[in-house]
Amino acid sequence: MTEQEIVEKINSALAEEFELDLADMTPEAGIYEDLGLDSLDTVDMVIVLEGEFGFKIREEEEIRKIRTLGDIHNFVMAKKKALGA
Amino acid sequence: MYRVAITGIGIVSCLGCDLSQVSDNLRNGRSGIVVDEQRQELGFRSPLAGAIQGFNSPAGLSRKQKKTMPEFAVHAYAAVEQALSLSGLALEEIQNPQSGLIFGCDSSCIAAIEQVDLLRGHGETRAIGSGQVFRSMTSTVTMNLNTLFQTQGACWTLSSACSSGGHAVGQAADLIMLGRQERVICGGAQELNWESMCSFDGLGAFSTRIDEPQKACRPFDADRDGLVPSGGAAALMLERYDLAVKRGATILGEVAGYGFSSDGNHLSVPSGEGLSRAMASALQQAEVSTEEIDYLCAHATSTPAGDKAEAEAIRSVFGTRTPPVSSLKSMTGHELWMSGASQVVYSTLMARDGFTAPNANFQAPDEASAHLQILTEARSQGPRRVLCNSAGFGGTNSCLVLRFDS
Repeated sequence: MTEQEIVEKINSALAEEFELDLADMTPEAGIYEDLGLDSLDTVDMVIVLEGEFGFKIREEEEIRKIRTLGDIHNFVMAKKKALGA
Repeated sequence: MYRVAITGIGIVSCLGCDLSQVSDNLRNGRSGIVVDEQRQELGFRSPLAGAIQGFNSPAGLSRKQKKTMPEFAVHAYAAVEQALSLSGLALEEIQNPQSGLIFGCDSSCIAAIEQVDLLRGHGETRAIGSGQVFRSMTSTVTMNLNTLFQTQGACWTLSSACSSGGHAVGQAADLIMLGRQERVICGGAQELNWESMCSFDGLGAFSTRIDEPQKACRPFDADRDGLVPSGGAAALMLERYDLAVKRGATILGEVAGYGFSSDGNHLSVPSGEGLSRAMASALQQAEVSTEEIDYLCAHATSTPAGDKAEAEAIRSVFGTRTPPVSSLKSMTGHELWMSGASQVVYSTLMARDGFTAPNANFQAPDEASAHLQILTEARSQGPRRVLCNSAGFGGTNSCLVLRFDS
C-alpha cells in the first residue's frame, strides 16, 4: 500500500465515521478545532483505524500527541512500518 | 399558583408518526398491533407487539448525535420537534434557564445488552465505543434532548414503571404552577425491542390472542386475556398560561390538576384504593367535580386483575354514574413508560379534532366493568374535561385532569 493509498483510506474512513467533508481533510487540519472532533470521538477514531488497518493501537502513548490529520497519517504509516506491513 | 397551558403536542406511536395520522386512526378505532415472528422463534409466550411503521429518522440528527441515542430517544426527539413546531416557539425562546425537560422512562435495555455483547466479543472495554454509556442510562432521553434543544432549566428523567409518563407530565405542570419554570417539554418514551420485553413476557401477562392481533387488546372486556407491549414517544409543550396568552399562542388545553399516590401494598397487583386516592386528589386540585368530567381516559391495559381494580376504583370515586370511559390501549397496546404521557397527547388531539376515541374490541362487560359507561364507538364531539389515569408496578399512580373548555 502506497503512502497516498494509506492517506486516502484514513480520510475516507474518518469522513464516513464523523460525517466530514473530504475537501476539509487537509494534513494540517486540526482534528479538534478544524474537524470538530471531541474527546469522545477519539475513542471511536481509534476503533475505526484499528478496523481499517487490522492493528491494535489503543494503549499507545503516541496517540495522545495527535493534533492534526497529518499526525494521524504519520502515526498510521509509522505503525505499519514498525509492523513490517 | 400559575395555570398551565398545553401549547404543543407530538407523538410517534404504532398509530402513526404524525398528529394527523394518529388522530385519524384513533377516531376510526384502528389498532397498531402486529405479530412479531421473531418473538415466536425466540420462545416468547406471546409474539404480539405494537409496531411503528413509516418512521423517518429526523434529518436534523447527525451520525454522531445518533450514536448516543437509542431508538426511543430518536422517537422522543421527533415527538418534541412536532410539539415545538405546533407551539410556535422559536428554538431561541426555549434556550434559557426558565425552560426545562422532564420525561418518563424506566429502561434502556437494548444499550445495556449491546455493550456487554461488544465486550464479550472483543475482550476489551475500549471496543465498546463512545456512545453506549450515554445510550444505556435511563436518563438517556433528557440527557440527549437537552444537548440537542439546549434548554437550560430542569433536565431529568423520571422512573415509575408504567406511570412514568404520567408523573413526568404532572411534575412538569407542578414546576410551572409553582413558578419554578415558565415552560417544560415533557413526555414519555418506551423502547419496542423484544430484548426489553422477554422477562415481562415470562410473567404470562401478555395476550396470546395471536389469530386476531388487532383484537387482542380488549380492556374491560369480559374476554380479555392480557396486555400487548408497545412503545414509541409522546411529547408535550407545557407553558405558564399567562405567558402563552401574552405571546398569542394557540392554547390546545390546560393541565388543571395532578394527583399522585402509591398503594403501599403489592408489587404487581394494584389495590385500586391507591388509584382512587390519586383520582380524587387530581380532581380536587383542578377544582373539578366528578359530574363535570365528560371523558375518562383509563389506564386499563387488558389484564384481568388490573382492569378490575381500575373499574372498581372508578366506581368508588364516581359512584354508579360514571363518565364515558375508554382505554386507548385497545388500539395502541400498552405503551408502558410512555403511556401516561401519550394519553394526554391523544386526549388533546381528540379535543382539537372534535371526537372521542372508543374503547375498541369491547364486547361484553364483566362484573366490575358493568358499572362503567364504556365508549364502544367513537363519539363525534371532543372531550371538554378529562381525567387520565395511569398506574405502574409497585403500585404507583398518576392522575391528570385536563381542561379543554377554558
